[in-house]
Amino acid sequence: MSQSKRSMKSIVESHPPRAQLTPASLLSTVSHIERSTMRALPDSLLELIRRTSAEIPEDVHQAILRSLEQEKKGTIAESALKLIERNIELAKQKSQPICQDTGSILFYVDCPVGFDQIQFAETARETVTLATRKGFLRQNSVDSLTGKNDGTNVGPGAPAFHFHQHRSSEVEVRLVLKGGGCENVGAQYSLPNEALHANRDLNGCRKVILDAIIQAQGKGCGPGILGICIGGDRATGYELSKTQFLRRLEDRNPHPDLDRLEQDIVNTANELGIGPMGFGGKTTLLGAKICVANRLPASFFVSISYMCWAYRRQGLRLSDDGSIAHWLY
Amino acid sequence: MISLSAPFTEEKIRALRVRDAVEITGVLYTGRDAVHKYLHEGGTLPPEVNLREGIIYHCGPVVMKDLEGQWKVTAAGPTTSIREEPYQWQIIRDFGIRGVIGKGGMEGKTLKACHDYGCVYLHAVGGAAQVLAECIKKVRNVHLLEKFGAPEAIWELEVERFPVVVTMDSHGVSLHDEILLNSQRALAARL
Repeated sequence: MSQSKRSMKSIVESHPPRAQLTPASLLSTVSHIERSTMRALPDSLLELIRRTSAEIPEDVHQAILRSLEQEKKGTIAESALKLIERNIELAKQKSQPICQDTGSILFYVDCPVGFDQIQFAETARETVTLATRKGFLRQNSVDSLTGKNDGTNVGPGAPAFHFHQHRSSEVEVRLVLKGGGCENVGAQYSLPNEALHANRDLNGCRKVILDAIIQAQGKGCGPGILGICIGGDRATGYELSKTQFLRRLEDRNPHPDLDRLEQDIVNTANELGIGPMGFGGKTTLLGAKICVANRLPASFFVSISYMCWAYRRQGLRLSDDGSIAHWLY
Repeated sequence: MISLSAPFTEEKIRALRVRDAVEITGVLYTGRDAVHKYLHEGGTLPPEVNLREGIIYHCGPVVMKDLEGQWKVTAAGPTTSIREEPYQWQIIRDFGIRGVIGKGGMEGKTLKACHDYGCVYLHAVGGAAQVLAECIKKVRNVHLLEKFGAPEAIWELEVERFPVVVTMDSHGVSLHDEILLNSQRALAARL
């Protein structure tokens, strides 16, 4: 409980208050630098990548099973979900990627002050290349100028790291593999939006979010999950929208207005008849998660990231030697 | 369930209608962004590749070499097809392909080419990389691997009972257009 509360807090608010640097925390800083040579870290990260690529997290799997029960029998929507379910089982059993697009590799690391981030990133990059050789990841990273794919999955901006310091001594590593199909249907709206009659209020946010669902239909491998940030600038808006994918599907937003909007978006989306893969049907969205960030008076962005049903997200807490203490999802 | 086996003749393709569930047995050629742009710009296919009456699959598979040096596809779901909308009609016309497999559907130019030249759009379940890879029995060959890299190369795949749904047929009907229109109406009533 305290764990889920803590991670929820850091994910939703994303800017925890700063604490004073005390002599005690300075001491712990030294010990974290010393332990930065975590011997078991490469093996733990390899297992994190393998498991993220091959196994759907339990919260998402349960949501897919529930939607399978709801779809009308004998429809192409139902058979699509049955095939999805078979695929989830097969990927886990064969320890192979759920989806061939193993996506952008996004690491989210919560770490204590003094944790050697440079060393961590170096180890993670090496592990990503190894995981690619083992077939847990596709050769998926292309030089944007030359079009060359060197097959390592490592290059400028790839993989991506988001480090977040905290006062706790724990190290938690979360990984999201986000495929290109769902990334391409992400959208950022600037309010007011005259075409959609969307003003600078929650109802305006609702209108653009629902528009994004209409636009994404079929392309983003539904049923999908939305991560949304209201506010921020163009970069932080998208970045924070993706941190929403670290939340569990069944959690509830602590802010009542956002909670209502989250429930409303899912319910309304599922009345639009878009359905799995856009084949028509009852399940268009499995979830919507919304956070807010302050904005400039001149700007009002709503940034929407779409995650496909092949929701690859896992995380682990590390022991002092870098081995896996436990899984987070 | 309709079984569609090679050869993929115009007659068999014209018989298919939107919402038909189909299982394909025969050869598929993967081709995605790089291949479509290349062919659109006048690039030539290797002489051993003949797409006439063939099926192109919008897919960038994960492919490994086994201990005997044989290629093995370990993950192979469809990629989003709409990116090929600028090129697909021309490739249907010039290379005589009878089927396009992908996900998300395509738009007017492709729908018209399906109608005019006798082709069909077949929707595979996106993300279902393992179920679909199991239907791939053999990698016959690979082309343009050096030029485009593994995900973008042309992989020649022998498949058995590969499951798809017809979402754009050769009679001008698109399931995607229908669902889009209906969903827009449903949304308008809820704003």
